[in-house]
Amino acid sequence: MDWGQIFVISITAMVGSTTIIYALAALGLNIQFGYTGLLNFGQAGFAAIGAYSVAVVTATLGQSLWLSIFIGLIGAVIFGLILGIPTLRLRADYLAIVTIAAAEVIRQTVRSVSLNEYFGGSDGITGKYAREFYSFNPFDQAISWGPIQFNSAQASWITVVGWVLIGLIVLLTWLLVRSPWGRVVKSIREDENASRSLGKNVYFYKMQALILGGVVGSLAGIYWAIDAQSVQPDNYSSRFTFFAYTILILGGAARVFGPVVGSIIFWFILVFIGESLTQLVATGIIPDTILRSDQIGQVRFMLVGLALMLLIVYRPQGIFGDKRELALDDR
Amino acid sequence: MTAKTATSASDSVSARAVAALSGVKSEPGITKPDEILVAENINRHFGGLVAVDVDRLSVQRASITALIGPNGAGKTTFFNVLAGFDTPDAGTWRYENHELRNKAAYKIAQLGMVRTFQLTKVLAKMTVLENMRLGAQRQLGERILAAPFPFAWSGQEEQVTERALTLLRRFNLYEKKDDFAGTMSGGQRKLLEMARALMTDPTMIMLDEPMAGVNPALTQSLLGHIKELREEGLTVLFIEHDMDAVRDISDWVVVMAQGRIIAEGPPASVMRDKAVIDAYLGAHHDEELTKSGESLTQNKKAKST
Repeated sequence: MDWGQIFVISITAMVGSTTIIYALAALGLNIQFGYTGLLNFGQAGFAAIGAYSVAVVTATLGQSLWLSIFIGLIGAVIFGLILGIPTLRLRADYLAIVTIAAAEVIRQTVRSVSLNEYFGGSDGITGKYAREFYSFNPFDQAISWGPIQFNSAQASWITVVGWVLIGLIVLLTWLLVRSPWGRVVKSIREDENASRSLGKNVYFYKMQALILGGVVGSLAGIYWAIDAQSVQPDNYSSRFTFFAYTILILGGAARVFGPVVGSIIFWFILVFIGESLTQLVATGIIPDTILRSDQIGQVRFMLVGLALMLLIVYRPQGIFGDKRELALDDR
Repeated sequence: MTAKTATSASDSVSARAVAALSGVKSEPGITKPDEILVAENINRHFGGLVAVDVDRLSVQRASITALIGPNGAGKTTFFNVLAGFDTPDAGTWRYENHELRNKAAYKIAQLGMVRTFQLTKVLAKMTVLENMRLGAQRQLGERILAAPFPFAWSGQEEQVTERALTLLRRFNLYEKKDDFAGTMSGGQRKLLEMARALMTDPTMIMLDEPMAGVNPALTQSLLGHIKELREEGLTVLFIEHDMDAVRDISDWVVVMAQGRIIAEGPPASVMRDKAVIDAYLGAHHDEELTKSGESLTQNKKAKST
């Protein structure tokens, strides 16, 4: 048993690119669901648009990476409009149904055989298409900082960029939600007829929140595509959205830092449990008759599920949430 | 201002409102001297049920008009239609010079015709002060592009806060300003909703049962607040079941029954109107129930044999 190694891997995962990707996706959901009350179950669709814009525009069409990022962001705006125009006038449930279906439509489209030459089918697109980004890498070797140890200079660079990006989005969210704009969207979350009776164009604000959160979600996909230099359609299944929701609720919805802390804790627990079990099985402390090494991947999700159930029972407001607000729900 | 001069001012405003309506005949749909709101041929049905079928209704400017009627008369549905929260199957209505048909509810509120709800809609998870600030119109900080830059809107926010605090003092809610609105009692919520509606700086306010579920002491203060609105030149249209309250504050009463306006006029005369009494108590309320009584006993006999 090498506990030192388990901790290094787990703590590195806490700040690693997976944490960043899901933090970004959850930050987008926080604007939509946390503050405005929009049930967007299609965050994976927004992320897929970002990721595939990068991969297709650079690898398939041979255009600039910066152009591809721009197209990814515009694509998210258009996707938000397409989802929002028919559904935002209806009850909240309809948005949930439409978004979860639309995200699946995108995933099935990019993995379809007939569009193989553009999107690469179920294998996705892999290549060194993000060279332009890594040419700015100021690090000539992997950085290590205490227990945080990256395995390459490239990983160090993208991680730093990722956290700067998260910092900017957290700052923007913080500025927005404490402004009168934030007041209006929070009033819509509570009772949109009340906002309407006070002269607020509810539909317009919902659209703004949906698009803004979607653009942040597409940044998650863009970031993932640049980090991995490959895109796979099945990464953008509804599991992606549900993880992002889990993270949001874990950290505390409608809290500026909720998604970031939620993502850090979620991935720490997941990696820590996975690594611990791997070592326990490898060293024979847990015998093969109870758990085989190929079962660890599933079991760690069972344990994470258990941890989440305990959280919902004992701290339903999430880590940062305010219990007084939940108490007001039933009145 | 002393209490005495306040009452006399209130009396004179009330007298003026009554005087303006004195020449108006008490018949449904009658034209008034200075109409702020006119609705014509409004029809709203839910399947086979005709909820609202109003030929004409007008509201006199700077007066307090009560809309009364038995349960299920269509008052709230009519209210929803007027405020843009429901779409009628037919009809047109005008507020000042604005045609309101096909206008969204938020636009109607922006024009200065603001409503409250029968079941109060305070925003429970926001503080009382935030509830109030939300009411202010044309806030630069509500635009998404200006919102991230506090220096652009903080000046306006201060003015809004100042106005909100003044209103909260007037409605005796100042001490509650930092509490979540959800912690307030039903009566306080009614007060907050009215104060919040005033934050929009309306010219006409529509109150849906402002006194429902409010204790008698608070009812008196609510009535006082409504009278104050008229003193400020606002037009008030309100739905109410409490007849004492209606008699006390309204200048004009409109009675609805089964979706139609059956009578209107000054409170004292309307409440003596035969059609109104019939609508509330039934047309045969003073007749003996001999016939139906007989049939009941016959039924019993038939069963026992």
